[in-house]
Amino acid sequence: MGKRILAIASGGGHWQQLMEMRPAFEGHDVTYATTMPGLPERFGAAPAVIVPDCNRDRKLAALHSTAALVRLVWRVRPQVVISTGALPGVIALAFGKARGARTIWVDSVANAEEMSLSGRLARRVADLWLSQWEHVAAQSGAGYAGAVL
Amino acid sequence: MILVTVGTQLPFPRLIDAMERIAAETGERVVAQTGPVSGRGQGAWPHLDQRPTLAPAEFDALFKEARVVVAHAGIGSILSARRHRRPLVILPRRHALGEHRNDHQLATARAVAKLPGIHVAWQADELGPILARELDPAGEGGSASRDALIARLKEFIEA
Repeated sequence: MGKRILAIASGGGHWQQLMEMRPAFEGHDVTYATTMPGLPERFGAAPAVIVPDCNRDRKLAALHSTAALVRLVWRVRPQVVISTGALPGVIALAFGKARGARTIWVDSVANAEEMSLSGRLARRVADLWLSQWEHVAAQSGAGYAGAVL
Repeated sequence: MILVTVGTQLPFPRLIDAMERIAAETGERVVAQTGPVSGRGQGAWPHLDQRPTLAPAEFDALFKEARVVVAHAGIGSILSARRHRRPLVILPRRHALGEHRNDHQLATARAVAKLPGIHVAWQADELGPILARELDPAGEGGSASRDALIARLKEFIEA
């Protein structure tokens, strides 16, 4: 019996990396979420939900985004939440964990020098907290298992 | 046809200038997604089919049609080349030249330099000789690092 997985990433490079990880979700019941309309269709990712984007500089957008993420997590009842970033992914991990899910953060491979800001926020809510760079993992205390490259 | 892409965030005139010279010398069609272009952009590159931005569908179509794609060392470009199985040549942006906020593209280029189908031009003048060669497509034979990451995720999910 497959697990209910919520796989969430912001549009652009974060989403592309999440798509590279899809073989890990095979046999499970995956709901995808991203911030850019049209993106899931381009990658054949279904079912998918679009959530409003947010960052630390736009407070009202962050409220909208958070509300949408609460509804999403409530409805999907994920057993596992995975994100490659950015901030909406951290929020989804936090709510997912509060609702009993196990959580995975894979920091974007673009962060070759240090853990991203979102990644540092995710540390407290991620059960599996990974960097895609060995030296960044060693510096930050994150795990390392490989990279999408 | 050669597709050139510099991503959506920052211009990269060193790459576009180099491709202008190559297009002028070889006569091969070069479509260049130049990103935001200020001032000197218009008319500075008469041998390029110049597009500041490309819609996703158009970008995918050009990617598939291209003989080879030339790009900055952005993650999006590398993953797109693997997804579409096209040969990719990357020129990393350099912090010292004001091309990015740090040197993470050099780190990325070093990490992917040995992957099949990904060819690194460490300097702009290496682009011409690389493009004159027959290049193998990216994405063939997979990646041990990616397989290891996926195995770890799978193990965690199924635990």
